[in-house]
Amino acid sequence: MEQRTRQKHVILACFVLCGLILTGRLFFLQIINDEYKITASNNVLRYEIIYPARGLILDRNGSIIVGNQTAYDIMITPKELASFDTTDFCNIFNLSRDKMESLLGDVDKRRNSIGYQSVIFLRQVSNEQYTRFLEKSYKFPGFSVQSKSIRNYPTPLCGNLLGYIIEADPNFLEKNPGYKPGDYIGKTGIEEMYEPFLKGEKGYSIYLRDVHNRIKSSYENGEYDRTAIPGKDLISTIDAELQAFGEQLMQNKVGCVVALEPSTGEVLTLITSTGLAAEYLSNFSSYYTQVIADPLKPMFNRAIMSAYPPGSVFKLVNGLIGQQEGVLTPETRYNCQMGYHVGNLTVGCHAHPSPINLQQSVMMSCNAYYCNVFRSILDNPVYANIGEAFNSWRRYVESFGFGTRLGIDLPGELAGTLPTTGLYDRVHGKNRWKSLTVISLSIGQGEIGATPLQLANMAAIMANRGHFYTPHVIKEIIDDSTFIPKVERHEVMVDPGYFPVMVEGMYQAVNAPPGSGGTATIARIPGIELCGKTGTAQNPHGRDNSVFVCFAPRENPKIAVAVYVEQGGFGATQAAPIASLMVEKYLTDSISTSRNWLFERVLEQDLLHHHMP
Amino acid sequence: MRRETGFFRQLDWWTIAIYMVLVLIGWISIFASVYDPEHNRIIDTTQRYGMQMIWIFGAWFLAIAVLLIPSRTYLLFSGVFYILGILILLAVLVLGVERNGSQSWLVLGPVHFQPAEMAKVFVALALAGLMSRPQFRLRSLKGVLEVTAIILIPAMLIVMEKETGLALVLSCFLLVLYREGLPGWVLVSGLLAIILFLLSIIWSTLAVLWLVFGICFAVFLLLAYKKIPVFLAAGLFIGLYFLTPYIFNLFSLDLYSYIKPYQWFLVLSAPFFLAGFIVAFKKRLQYLKMILLGFICAVAFTFSVGYIFNNILQPHHRARIENLLGIEKDIYGAGYNVYQSKVAIGSGGFIGKGFLQGTQTKYNFVPEQSTDFIFCTIGEEWGFVGATLVILLYLVLLFRIISIAERQRHSFGRIYGYGVAACFFFHVFINIGMTLGILPVIGIPLPFISYGGSSLWTFTLLLFILLKMDASRKN
Repeated sequence: MEQRTRQKHVILACFVLCGLILTGRLFFLQIINDEYKITASNNVLRYEIIYPARGLILDRNGSIIVGNQTAYDIMITPKELASFDTTDFCNIFNLSRDKMESLLGDVDKRRNSIGYQSVIFLRQVSNEQYTRFLEKSYKFPGFSVQSKSIRNYPTPLCGNLLGYIIEADPNFLEKNPGYKPGDYIGKTGIEEMYEPFLKGEKGYSIYLRDVHNRIKSSYENGEYDRTAIPGKDLISTIDAELQAFGEQLMQNKVGCVVALEPSTGEVLTLITSTGLAAEYLSNFSSYYTQVIADPLKPMFNRAIMSAYPPGSVFKLVNGLIGQQEGVLTPETRYNCQMGYHVGNLTVGCHAHPSPINLQQSVMMSCNAYYCNVFRSILDNPVYANIGEAFNSWRRYVESFGFGTRLGIDLPGELAGTLPTTGLYDRVHGKNRWKSLTVISLSIGQGEIGATPLQLANMAAIMANRGHFYTPHVIKEIIDDSTFIPKVERHEVMVDPGYFPVMVEGMYQAVNAPPGSGGTATIARIPGIELCGKTGTAQNPHGRDNSVFVCFAPRENPKIAVAVYVEQGGFGATQAAPIASLMVEKYLTDSISTSRNWLFERVLEQDLLHHHMP
Repeated sequence: MRRETGFFRQLDWWTIAIYMVLVLIGWISIFASVYDPEHNRIIDTTQRYGMQMIWIFGAWFLAIAVLLIPSRTYLLFSGVFYILGILILLAVLVLGVERNGSQSWLVLGPVHFQPAEMAKVFVALALAGLMSRPQFRLRSLKGVLEVTAIILIPAMLIVMEKETGLALVLSCFLLVLYREGLPGWVLVSGLLAIILFLLSIIWSTLAVLWLVFGICFAVFLLLAYKKIPVFLAAGLFIGLYFLTPYIFNLFSLDLYSYIKPYQWFLVLSAPFFLAGFIVAFKKRLQYLKMILLGFICAVAFTFSVGYIFNNILQPHHRARIENLLGIEKDIYGAGYNVYQSKVAIGSGGFIGKGFLQGTQTKYNFVPEQSTDFIFCTIGEEWGFVGATLVILLYLVLLFRIISIAERQRHSFGRIYGYGVAACFFFHVFINIGMTLGILPVIGIPLPFISYGGSSLWTFTLLLFILLKMDASRKN
């Protein structure tokens, strides 16, 4: 027998070599190369997002305006689906057979992409349907319930102020990389403005999954899970009760009510009518098309976006500017023969005694008086030309907050309109216009447009006798001491000394004895010293708009209100009663029985027919 | 040396110990790979680890039975076993049941059995029986034909059962032939042909040409008496090959727009050949002629493989071969197995994730994880340390088997022993190499560790027949 030791050694060497090759490869895969370790965790870890509870919104007295509630979605897991009693299922959820079939058909089409996952079959079923389903759920294999947190509104308040929650759209996701598809975001109102505070932080649980995406167990006993951090609760400046009361008064009317606390700039109510009904808010996406199609434009927050002609309430501003400019004193008297007549031009006025002084001009709201005042401002010889005089006037007006954004903490606030010399130069030619050309501005008509918020702010300026604070709707964020509302004190360019005569006029307008010509005596509240100014703004689209600004009490005012009712006629007809009721409600917490008739009358007014095409 | 008498004292207990350890590792790995907290009983025949336990007990029973049969039986009946085996393989073709795409399963009541696995045993025995005959001459035409027939007949039957992997296993007996006197160059050139075949499909032609060039250069350098001219020639060739495109560039010409890189390689190599042959004939350098001839053969082989593969084979044939070679790069398609296997093993790191902590294998990312890809579980849960240990165990086993084979008095035992070693080596190297992504995916199990009765029983049979022969070698 031949011994072939060489062959034996070659074979053994071959074994060792191959063993070394395998070990070398192992060394490379397991120790040198990191790529596979990362792939392995991507393969196997599944992040289940835990959504945080959104922050609450409280009113100034601590009651909840916007809360959270649990809603139930019916989920379907196509892989677990078995035959079931469709009639029974349809009965529980009140579905038609066709609807059911189309829903099942949709799921069937996406079957492969869904895999072992569950998808929503029915959104936000009612509590009653939920409980009925639970009882019978064993009969419906493949169906399950997923609860989620949605918004809840204990006092149904106007949605334009609060805003709504909706799934983030691709456009938003692109601009905000912190959000993921499927996240819900606040849109419009407080929800949008304070989204960073309200949203909280998402958490996640990490699970191990198998190749079919089925969850197997928690990863490392949840050591790396992150709990969701709930959103922060906001304390708003809104008085929920007053807001609700105001919304009730504004029912069947188009317009706005804005109430401020003059000493702080806090917004007590901000009503736009017709606004976004509260019932739409919690499930906004399903009402979206309906809301958008509404001719009364509920999405349009008139209180901060609409530039209305202020009408006669603007006379207060011109009166103050005239005094500051030294062209008007409380003793200045002007005649009025049913209006202001120069050449072909006539600015009409109503019947009242003549001549009158400054205080009476406020009380009686005389148009002719303010035409004279305005002309003396613009034709003041201290200015070289009309342009300079106009610019000076404009700076005064701007200091009252007109033509600028006041900076309220709500999205979409507009500046209103305040004309510049440039506009008139363009229309009439440079230096081809004079005070008479722009005479409408004297009584708050023409090229000027103010938001109701700016009007309420003007009322607050009157109440403060010469200054205002930035209006704001959120005053505090619970558990966030770093948050301070952006509020600034603004001084207007008119000295406080010129205010008392105007305030007296506002007081007389409401409280003058019958027959003495007070324009707003309907707003008088027994026991409360209300100061107000009516306005009747011409409206090129229909009936005059009814305007009223007021504050109360006369000393240390607690509330300033502006009411603007589109096509409401005289200021005293619609706006003044509403404002007066708001003030009474706020200051005394109720409506006295002697004024119940007024309340009833306001409720009965239905002006919507003016707006219907 | 103390004379040992008792039969059991003469058994090679070291080999049995390694066998036991490997079987245990196998069972633990199967348990880990199919582990599910809902089925956590160890004895649970609905689960694979439960079934494997039954196979293990069966294997032990089989081992004891083998040890009780007189060792002469295997020599005497090796031919009968072979014929029986072939008949069973033929029967499978008729009666076989299709399972996982291969028609290689025999069903006897509750037992499913794969006779193709058993082919290793009877081919090893038959080969040993044939070659241990005194009149047998391996270097005769008759001898070569007989040996080829013994290996090829079952191999072809197994291919017909669509178990190509198990058929390829039989090529491992080339190693036995080498031990018994087949010239080494036959083995080496066969191996080179296989490597070249694979590389010419996977790599570009140019890369293969450079590889051939490199091998020839290395051999030449090894054999040449004067080494400097060899270096000079190789350097000149490399220099010319890479410099010429630059020279063309200087004249704003692009060489590769006229000629493809591999064509340029061939054109450039022609004068070198001519020079080489002239030198070889003048100086009568036999080895240089051989090298140059080998180079030409290799180049011709490469091109013919490429031509056949790309022009003659149908697309679905090509896909099947590419699939077999695992060169499909699509990690969600044909390349999925190997990719996930590499992910599982790679994520194990140095000491692994620990028993039952392997996320990749446990959650079924790796297909065939308890059979062909069982090594993933070991790699993932026990890491580099555990995987290396398993490879080491196999190496020790192989060394042990070779040493047992070499100490047999009768050449039957030695040839059979080498056959056993060759089978183990082929299975272990190919299987682990495939899970590590360096060898094509050929579905063959890892001995003693992979799930499955057929494979476990076959390897037990293979090993214990050798142990029985070894234990009775002194009688």
